[in-house]
Amino acid sequence: MDFKSSDTITGPRAEDHLPQTATAAVKIVIVGGFGVGKTTMVGSVSEIRPLTTEETMTQAGIGVDDNYGSDSKTATTVAMDFGRISITEQLVLYLFGTPGQERFWFLWNGLFEGALGAVVLIDTRRLEVSFDVIGRLEERGVPFVVAVNDFPDGPRYPMEDLRAALDLSDEIPMVKCDARRRASSRDVLMTLMRFLHSIAMASAPART
Amino acid sequence: MTPPQRRRRVPKEAPEESPPAPAEGQGKGSDPERLYVVTGQVEGGDRAELDLVTLIVAHSDAPPTAQPEQSALLRLCRAPMSVAEVSAYLNLPFSVVTVLLTELLTAELVQARAPIVRSELPDRSLLEAVMHGLQKL
Repeated sequence: MDFKSSDTITGPRAEDHLPQTATAAVKIVIVGGFGVGKTTMVGSVSEIRPLTTEETMTQAGIGVDDNYGSDSKTATTVAMDFGRISITEQLVLYLFGTPGQERFWFLWNGLFEGALGAVVLIDTRRLEVSFDVIGRLEERGVPFVVAVNDFPDGPRYPMEDLRAALDLSDEIPMVKCDARRRASSRDVLMTLMRFLHSIAMASAPART
Repeated sequence: MTPPQRRRRVPKEAPEESPPAPAEGQGKGSDPERLYVVTGQVEGGDRAELDLVTLIVAHSDAPPTAQPEQSALLRLCRAPMSVAEVSAYLNLPFSVVTVLLTELLTAELVQARAPIVRSELPDRSLLEAVMHGLQKL
C-alpha cells in the first residue's frame, strides 16, 4: 500500500509550519542538467528539509521505443525537489530543483510560466548538459541568470569564454557560486532578483 | 582549452510541444486502482486552478464522512501549506492532490490563497520584498 495511512503520515515539524499570516507565495526554478548541484543549492538555502513532489506525465511517442502498430502512451514520473524561504510574515518563496529528466519539466504546465525566473546552474566539466535547458528557457521567454558551480576539479574558463560558449546575450548575469554554501546560493538568488528588478525597471516607466 | 559551444534560441510564438495532460493514477510506485478511488469522484470534472505554490488553509476539521486522504490533508493544512508540500507529505502526485483539493474547495472545507505569478510587468515592490527577505538569510 503506497498511500500512507493518516495515522502514519509524516507531517511537518512544528517549526516547519508557516504562520497563519502567510498569504502568498512565489517560486524560482533551478535548472541545469543532471548532477550539477541543483538539489544541493535548494538544500543549502531552504529553511525546511527539502521535500519531493512528483507528477505523472503521459506523452504519446516520446520518440524512442516506437512499437509498430501500437498506440501506446508513455508515462513518465517527474520528481521535483523543493525548498522554502519565508520572506516576510505574509510572503513565501519556494525553490524547485531536481535531479535529471528536465525536458519533462517543460511539459509541466505553469511550472515555468508562473515562476519569477530561473537559475541555470552549470558545471564546467560538463557544460553541454545545460545547453538544452537554456534553449528551452529562451524559447519560453523565462528570465534567467547563469551560476557557475565551482567544482575544485572543474576546468577554469574565463567568464567571457563561458558566456561565448553558452551564447548568452550580454545582459544575462553570470556569477560563480558554491552551491553547498548558503551565503553563496543566496547571492545567486539575489543576482536573479536584481536582474528581474532591472527588467521591471526598464519595462515600466517610473511610478510617482 | 575550448569549451563546447551552444547556439542561442529565440522565443517561440507557440510551444513546440503541446503539453500533455497530467496522467492520473499512475504515480511512481503507486497502486493505480487506489488512486482511482481517491480521485474517482470528479474524474473528468473541472479542477480548481491550483499552482504548486498555491497556499491551502483548512477552514475546519474533517467531517465524519471525509475520506482518510481528505482528513489527512485537512490536518496538514491547519497552518497554511503549499500544494507542493501537501503532495510531498501525503506522498501523492500533484494532479491527485489537485483533485482532492477541488472537492475540498467545493465543499468549502479549505481556502486557497493564490500564488503571485510572473506577469508582463512584474511588481517591483514584490521583487524588492523578496530581495529584502533574501538579504536577511
